[in-house]
Amino acid sequence: MRNSPKRSSRLRAYFSHHLRISLASLGRLYSQPVATLMTTAVIAIALALPVGLYIGLANIAQVSTGWDGSTQISLFLHTHVTESEAKKLQSKLEKHKDIKKVELIDKEKGLQQFKEISGFGDALRYLDTNPLPIVLVVHPRILSNQPDRTTKLVKDLGNNKLVEIAQLDVQWVKRLYTFIEIANRSIWVISSMLAIAVLLVIGNTIRLDIQNRREEIEVSKLIGASDAFIRRPFLYTGFWYGIIGGVLAWVITLLSLSMMENPIHKLALLYHSDFRLTGLGTDNTLLLILISCALGLTGSWIAVSRHLKDIEPS
Amino acid sequence: MIHFDNISKRYPGGHDALSQISLRLEKGQMAFLTGHSGAGKSTLLKLIAMIERPTRGQIFLDGVNLNNISNRKIPFIRRNIGIIFQNHHLLYDRPVFDNVAMPLIIQGYRRQEIHKRVRAALNQVGLLSKEKADPITLSGGEQQRVGIARAIVHKPLLLLADEPTGNLDPELSREIMELFARFNQVGTTVLIASHDLELIKQIGSPMISLHGGRVSHNGLPFTLNGQGQK
Repeated sequence: MRNSPKRSSRLRAYFSHHLRISLASLGRLYSQPVATLMTTAVIAIALALPVGLYIGLANIAQVSTGWDGSTQISLFLHTHVTESEAKKLQSKLEKHKDIKKVELIDKEKGLQQFKEISGFGDALRYLDTNPLPIVLVVHPRILSNQPDRTTKLVKDLGNNKLVEIAQLDVQWVKRLYTFIEIANRSIWVISSMLAIAVLLVIGNTIRLDIQNRREEIEVSKLIGASDAFIRRPFLYTGFWYGIIGGVLAWVITLLSLSMMENPIHKLALLYHSDFRLTGLGTDNTLLLILISCALGLTGSWIAVSRHLKDIEPS
Repeated sequence: MIHFDNISKRYPGGHDALSQISLRLEKGQMAFLTGHSGAGKSTLLKLIAMIERPTRGQIFLDGVNLNNISNRKIPFIRRNIGIIFQNHHLLYDRPVFDNVAMPLIIQGYRRQEIHKRVRAALNQVGLLSKEKADPITLSGGEQQRVGIARAIVHKPLLLLADEPTGNLDPELSREIMELFARFNQVGTTVLIASHDLELIKQIGSPMISLHGGRVSHNGLPFTLNGQGQK
């Protein structure tokens, strides 16, 4: 252990060298705020885009869980059907063995909902009469894994002479899930393409940086700097671009979410839901910054390994 | 210290810069390399600093055959050498102190040690008062001395200088050469390429003359076998 103090002091020097190089790289970025901001903004936007899509999909998936379990059948009654007739039908249907519950949405309530949700409320004012039919929402007792029975029930209900259209709502839930699946895949495609874009942006920025510091690299090589030593500041620069870009992407996501939070909550209330927009969460935020960091390092590594070789003292 | 064994260097394109050079510079010696421009002086120095590799022959530096050194190991060879250029190769984006400190930072010296050594090196070239100055604000002679301080700050075994006085007036040139002579007196091996014959005579160190890539005059006191000529 005779040489251990020397080794530990060397190790300390090595770490303090790393610290100094990384801070110097950061300082270099800070000294060119506009250029740095532009580069990191490009990175941030490229990252925020798939992150936003991911959050959107995650929320849709969260909202729609359990929807397939609660299949509904909407019965749009003929417009001439009166409310008392509808109520009679409601109580009759509730006795049906396959039906758990029937909800009645009268014309007024339907209009109310339509106004709040569709945004065409003003247009409706110009109509003399309420054009909406009475709707009976049927909650069947049957399970969604018995499609034949459900189909038969829908058909039976549709045959009732008061009913104009009987619509099985499970159809669009299925379509929604297929859509989510497709959207999920496309997020992967978009994310990979944008990740490549981030690599290229960082790689190109580092390449320019290397060109600007050509003289310094040549001199360093002449006085015995190893390749690792010369690489280091550029790798740290890429690392910082990644970190700053990741954090900026997170901020952009937060801002966009907070802009959408209120209207979405309002919409959720209309559905009598207590749904709140779920954000990125700590895990995913860390993952985002980690990925961004890795992209920064990889991008600079590619640039450095391609371009440092070209610079030799002569 | 430096041993050239039948070295030839042909550049791509077929130009023969050096042909069959055999030389031996012992540890602690100081010598001048002269010749017209294009005679091969710079190429010879570049071979020692491993900026170029010989086409044929072997170079030994402090007993190490440079042919056996891989590109990855070149930095560690260069750390034993201090190189001085005609155009100083200073970095103008940082003060004098940081320029001189570069070799020490590269070799992982600690901060206190770096301070001590940089100030000692600047003191030796008489520029201690300029440590915070920007190199661009210094005169040509001062810039060259900063370059020398950077070359000696890590106490290399060998000092190579390529036309170090090329842009300086005779008075400054003599000062620079005397500086080299002083480093030589404390044990550093020094090899200087210069065409200033007048100045070389004043210093009185042995001279190697190159002509057309061959040695036309070898004033070194030792032969290839390492035995005294005189």
